[in-house]
Amino acid sequence: MADFQIDAEADITDVVCPVTFVKAKVALEELEDGQIISIRINDGEPVQNVPRSLKEEGHQILKLSANGDETYNLIVRKVGE
Amino acid sequence: MAFTNEQLERYSRHIILSEVGVKGQKQLLQSKVLIIGAGGLGAPAALYLAAAGVGTIGIADADSVDLSNLQRQVIHTTPDVGKAKTQSAKETMEAINPDITVNTYHTFVTARNIPELIAGYDFIIDGTDNFPAKFLINDACVLAKKPFSHAGIIRFKGQLLTYAPDKGPCYRCVFKEPPPPEAVPTCRQAGVIGAMGGVIGSLQAMEAIKYIIGKGELLTGYLLTYDALKMEFRKIKLPGNDSCPVCGKNPSILEPFDYEQTACDLKGGH
Repeated sequence: MADFQIDAEADITDVVCPVTFVKAKVALEELEDGQIISIRINDGEPVQNVPRSLKEEGHQILKLSANGDETYNLIVRKVGE
Repeated sequence: MAFTNEQLERYSRHIILSEVGVKGQKQLLQSKVLIIGAGGLGAPAALYLAAAGVGTIGIADADSVDLSNLQRQVIHTTPDVGKAKTQSAKETMEAINPDITVNTYHTFVTARNIPELIAGYDFIIDGTDNFPAKFLINDACVLAKKPFSHAGIIRFKGQLLTYAPDKGPCYRCVFKEPPPPEAVPTCRQAGVIGAMGGVIGSLQAMEAIKYIIGKGELLTGYLLTYDALKMEFRKIKLPGNDSCPVCGKNPSILEPFDYEQTACDLKGGH
């Protein structure tokens, strides 16, 4: 976490796919190009799909780290707009 | 405007699309579309626009639901027979999506009331079933600089045209004026296959949505025709018409006016 300056945080552990990606997208939309967000996501389907979907949208995945409680922190840099 | 988790779920299949996204869904929620005619075309258009989250939908129709409507007017159900179509349509739309506001206008649309009716809306859908109404809607929208979708259906055929301000030609450029009464049968006399309203009315909803989110190419400058029996779509390029009396260089129509309707046409049908 200390590796990056986090501009925003989002928690998408309260929703299931595909709303996980939608909620991550909404959070990213609030940011400026180049800003970095830390997104808390659940193990399983979300951690398999959300990073890939964000990458497909052109964003940069910086880091994925396990929190030890079946959740992960996904660090993403917004690319575009 | 922040989305609730419930809204994110409801509109997730829109928001996932890169052409819609959060921005497009917000635009839809803030948009206002008027549907004139809650019949074969208006019914599917209203259903899809309500489901899409078009924030304000106006629906204008003077008729009540008749049993003979239900073969194609899918927004009304059997218990709605006898009810004002506007009320029946409003109930169905609000049941599909409580996010939206539905304004009802239980009245004939005339030259007198149309300017005020369309004034507050971003896009107009012509779902009427007669030529005088179609020319009236065209003229009023051209004069008020409102984009609209024209459509007509009969038997196994349908057609569609979109007008946007300064992106003519308009309906009158192409069709000049209504045919003499009885020269062309209404769909009540001629019949219409129910699913035709579903195909063409859904295309009208699609044009409205594309206009609102500002994505893709509208059907401006073209007439799309659909022949179900031949399973043939044709997209016909329309020439401009500088001498059009409403959108041409020296217009003679400066305000909307009514053509006379035959008594039979006024009895309802759609």
